[in-house]
Amino acid sequence: MTVAGSPMPLPPLRNVRVVDLGSAWAGPMAGHLLADMGAEVIKVESRARMDGMRLGRPMVGEDLAGGDRGLWPELQPVFHGLNRNKLSVTLNLRTEAGRGLLQQLASVSDVVLANFSPGVLERLGMDYASLRVVKRDIIVASMPAFGDSGPLRDMVAYAPIIQAMSGMMSLVGYAPDEGEPLVGELQAAWSDTVAALCAALGVVAALRRRNRTGQGQYVEAAHLEGTAALLGVPMLDYQMTGTIPVPPGNDDPDFAPHNNYPCAGDDTWIAIGVSTDQEWQALAGTIDSDRTDRVRLATDARFADQSSRWANRRALDEVIAEWTIELSPQQVTERLQAAGVAAMPVMNIADQFADPHLNARETYVEIDHPHAGAEMVYGVPWRFSGTPGAVRTPAPLLGQHNEYVLRQLLGIDGSRIDDLIAQQVVY
Amino acid sequence: MVSAPFCAKVLGEFGADVIKVEPPEGDAARRAGPFPGAQPHVERSGLFLFANLGKRGVTLNANEPAGIDGLHRLLADTDIFVENQAYPTLAGAGITAEELRVRHPHLITVSLSPYGRTGDYREYAGYDLQVNALSGMSFGTGHPHREPLTTPVRQAGYLAGLGGAYAAIVALLARESGLTGGEYEGGQYIDIADSGVISTLLTGYHLPTFIYRGIAGSRSGNRMRLGLFPNCVLPCRDGYVCIDAPQMEQYQRFLHLLGDPDWTDNPRYRDRRAMSDQYPQEAENLIAPWFMEHDKAEILQLCLENRIPCAPVLTMDEALELSHLHQRDWFVESEHPDAGAYRFPGAPVRLHGSPGRIVRPAPLLGQHNADVLGR
Repeated sequence: MTVAGSPMPLPPLRNVRVVDLGSAWAGPMAGHLLADMGAEVIKVESRARMDGMRLGRPMVGEDLAGGDRGLWPELQPVFHGLNRNKLSVTLNLRTEAGRGLLQQLASVSDVVLANFSPGVLERLGMDYASLRVVKRDIIVASMPAFGDSGPLRDMVAYAPIIQAMSGMMSLVGYAPDEGEPLVGELQAAWSDTVAALCAALGVVAALRRRNRTGQGQYVEAAHLEGTAALLGVPMLDYQMTGTIPVPPGNDDPDFAPHNNYPCAGDDTWIAIGVSTDQEWQALAGTIDSDRTDRVRLATDARFADQSSRWANRRALDEVIAEWTIELSPQQVTERLQAAGVAAMPVMNIADQFADPHLNARETYVEIDHPHAGAEMVYGVPWRFSGTPGAVRTPAPLLGQHNEYVLRQLLGIDGSRIDDLIAQQVVY
Repeated sequence: MVSAPFCAKVLGEFGADVIKVEPPEGDAARRAGPFPGAQPHVERSGLFLFANLGKRGVTLNANEPAGIDGLHRLLADTDIFVENQAYPTLAGAGITAEELRVRHPHLITVSLSPYGRTGDYREYAGYDLQVNALSGMSFGTGHPHREPLTTPVRQAGYLAGLGGAYAAIVALLARESGLTGGEYEGGQYIDIADSGVISTLLTGYHLPTFIYRGIAGSRSGNRMRLGLFPNCVLPCRDGYVCIDAPQMEQYQRFLHLLGDPDWTDNPRYRDRRAMSDQYPQEAENLIAPWFMEHDKAEILQLCLENRIPCAPVLTMDEALELSHLHQRDWFVESEHPDAGAYRFPGAPVRLHGSPGRIVRPAPLLGQHNADVLGR
């Protein structure tokens, strides 16, 4: 754990200004991925239509109903993670003047980011065709669920729906012969994170091209395509074998054993995977050394090579579970890793938060928020040796940077700003 | 295997000239399936063909001085070096962060590994299973009475690869902006833990739930935790369907599709948070019969027409035939001289002003040794 805010000598995207129209998950995450690396990301929001992540159960107290009504916009911790390092300007896009200011802001920016449904950018006058008129080399990046075209273009979707339509969800579950209903759900917004990464990736690729050619462009990161782009192996599996891929459970045909095994204690598990005979001998030798009264695993013909271990993997799972159930996940990890076998406790967030390795790598960092005080958010996953990213500033308060954006960037004088506030254009 | 090859494949889709470097016996992915007719063959691995689409390929033996020299000659004329080698290999091949900085000060290295190149676990053995375990993905996936499930078909590695591609281009922008300072001369070493990517961008949001509410997570099977009913996966007449309709108007449109059933008058079935968190099975039993009366195609059509976030769980064969993706011209048809013609996923993101395209299939083992290495 480290304290954010240490000097960042060379932020790699320091000359890039981004107008962030994102809300919920994918849009804001794409924005913070760029902001983490030094881009000036201006979140455009409004009390007239707040980012849904500013709503809900606040960090203190149980005022869920009040939170849902927008009483606690500065005390939503998930929002704080997704919007760190950004500035905030409040523009009411239901007003013509608000939309005008937004376009003006785009004209002094490099990138516009949004995760609206198809057609909304056009209605706001913020689509690429409209914006290239006011800023010749603008880059507009959008994250539609299914894309801007095609029969499913207007389908309403959240991450699980995308995962369902990509085929990925059909693979999340126990092997069908075990008689369990499909699991399907991952307790994380997989497709949203994929889309955020794809959008940020598309933006930096487009920036590099702009720097070389002077040309802007439209970047389209459809959630469905990003998610399905990672599924080449099951797609080829079907084409090559003619068999429809089913949930593999924890099986992987290149490994045996390969599973999460129960340990001593409530709901504690250890992930063990073996892909070579050498790793198997190391695993078998470790287990054998604890059970001298039994037949030696290392010479058990059922487990002699990869193909026999795979064929007998359920029996193998039982033998390993008999051993792990007496030990803690940490004990198993230490002993197996010392022997060169891949093993890791199956961690929940409490385990992760306490884990020295994750903390040494700044997986979670502390930041001081003006309303929330010292709080933890997740860190920057790429560790650059020369131009590091960082969590430098907390998520902005609603409209915290109105003065900077309106006066300094757009050159609007104070009395005019007062008028805009009175008219609820800046709101 | 997965993370580094996929990272470089994505860079290739943007037009980079990607050279795949393999040991003389080939990347281990060549021995991993799937294979046509389930018959293993070094030129026909589905994993290899997918993760290396569009690249040229050379072979170098990093266990011999000549091979290591060859690698470093190649790196001297390279912008981005992507690797996911096991920790003990790094020093032997001269590709530790320190050696690379000294020998190739302008080189951008993207180092992808299960746990990262620093920290207590840096030398630990690990695969995607351990990445999912450490990063908190597995713990919450699966039925409560069963063992946790890793993400299927090594998805963590692909996601980390995507992140690696992002980091690589950010570093390229930094190098080309003329920034310098300290020991930074344009090149740099980017240390990415697959588990770090997942722990931050996927499961990092569990942290506040733990800190402020003391909830460390649990498996909740076919339903999302801590949401609003309905948010689950249920069987339908010919498979499964997924519904996730948090907004009241979406839920009401769904109830209307069900014929505005009488149970909606019962106060017990008006608290959607309680239905999701306290008695989800009971709540799901209310809507399950409707799904069993319809098939996937009907459900998709009805939910599309009525703007309800609900969709069939497509199997991979169905996803490959999804007309939406075909009308968007997304898939890539590529023919490999040995393995044959297959349909591959298209690019993860579209650059409309400079669309990428795949110009060649994955390389045969050592196919471009003469072109690239001059031998």
